[in-house]
Amino acid sequence: MSRRAGVSGGAVLAVGLLLAAVAGSFAWLDMPLAALFTAVAVEEAGGFVARFFPPDLSAGFLAKVAWAGLETLAISLLSTLLAALAGAVLALPAAGRHGLAGRHAARFALNLLRSVPELVWATLMVLAAGLGPFAGTLALALHTTGVLGRLFAEALENSPPTPAEALAGGGAPALVTFLYGTLPLVAPQWLAYALYRWEMNIRMAAILGFVGAGGLGALLYYSLSLFQEAQASTVIIAMLAMAVAVDGASAWLRRRAGA
Amino acid sequence: MSATLRDPAALPRLGWTLTALMLLWPLLQLADFRPAALFEPGNLAAMGHFLAGFLPLETSPDFLALLGRATVDTLAMATAGIALAVLLAVPLGVVLTRSLSVAAIGPGRGGWVGRLLRAAARVLLAVLRGVPELVWALLFVRVFGLGPAAGVLALGITYGGMLGKVYGEILESTDARPTRSLLEAGSGRLAALAYGLLPNAARELLSYTVYRWECAVRASVVMGFVGAGGLGQLMDQSMKMLNGGEAATILATFLVLVLAADGASEALRRRMA
Repeated sequence: MSRRAGVSGGAVLAVGLLLAAVAGSFAWLDMPLAALFTAVAVEEAGGFVARFFPPDLSAGFLAKVAWAGLETLAISLLSTLLAALAGAVLALPAAGRHGLAGRHAARFALNLLRSVPELVWATLMVLAAGLGPFAGTLALALHTTGVLGRLFAEALENSPPTPAEALAGGGAPALVTFLYGTLPLVAPQWLAYALYRWEMNIRMAAILGFVGAGGLGALLYYSLSLFQEAQASTVIIAMLAMAVAVDGASAWLRRRAGA
Repeated sequence: MSATLRDPAALPRLGWTLTALMLLWPLLQLADFRPAALFEPGNLAAMGHFLAGFLPLETSPDFLALLGRATVDTLAMATAGIALAVLLAVPLGVVLTRSLSVAAIGPGRGGWVGRLLRAAARVLLAVLRGVPELVWALLFVRVFGLGPAAGVLALGITYGGMLGKVYGEILESTDARPTRSLLEAGSGRLAALAYGLLPNAARELLSYTVYRWECAVRASVVMGFVGAGGLGQLMDQSMKMLNGGEAATILATFLVLVLAADGASEALRRRMA
């Protein structure tokens, strides 16, 4: 068998498997890809897109969008705050500070919280707390707790233990040791992680309305269900603008905090 | 406490804390924050009834067959979506790469066509990834009807935008000297890309693509909530019928799928690293 330099049999096999997986996926899904590009389909899609322009900028609807946007902002901020608090509480045992059993239990809880997607949490929370932004806040907070708890625990494990050891050796109680020996070392990183999750949560908060958890998503869902594409396009523009604004705010805060 | 022992940062900290607390109140109002709602008898009864239905898990052969189909649907949706995304991202990412610019090496003027093209590509990528995949899916469901096709296209577009941007960044941060010497020796741009940039960047490009596939699996799990097929659709139906047993089985499948995708992606990336 003649082998070309630098191309191993394994690599060829991997590429072959990859192509087979992609081809298999398209075949399984039975996607009418060819049908997408017929003249009729293109014309229909064009007509659909045209209905989104111009966006509905009437004062009444803008006020509604602004209110929903505020609600979305509140959901994202509150859920990130709650998640940072709960994440910090769970990160301490997850970093192995309360024994091995506590470490495993906390890691399992964090993994469980993290692997259920936000939207699934939202459907569960709508059931538990009723329709509205509160359900969305809880859902985002639960998922984000899993993510932040794990990141916080990693930061804790990587922080140098010497300052805390010095304080504890000097006879300081556990809380003081943590507050003055450990927290100052990890706080910038924790803050950076929380701000980064806030950027993701503003995007998620805008979507949670699809399952009845308030905010811009609910407005988008209604307007699309009622075939009011002009209003839908206003909502989408608002979503984009809020995501960009939060990115900016988060970057500014991170710079200020030196994180 | 004597003046020398006072914390100099105390006043600003107090100020920030008070501001934050003052901002917190309207936020709580806006988000309709009522923990008591969790314990209202109506909600408790609904949730209790639903949770009580979790056990035993639904394991009838009919349902398991449905679940298996939906799981394969979900995986196929993620894979096909990433394939589309790569198709979209590769040309855009290459366009973004400044080190492949022929105009940049010559002494002449020009190069404005390339700059214009790069700016256009950057804006296009920003719009593609700026709209969340579920919003794209919701829109595509209106055009193409219910089913996984809408999910695949939505994933392809959003992840195409993300991959394109990151491909551009990776190629841009790769050592540009081999490319430059190739271009100066008169090679074409494609050859310069294949022999100058890719040998150094391929691992990172592949590794990021695999990571995005893992994200796509997670995203396609929920696509069904807007009618784009897969596990989410099954979950949506079970939730609407308040069938706890089915919902629990689907949730367990979610967990296994997400953890398996996590593990597979990590193993693949470790092998490549």
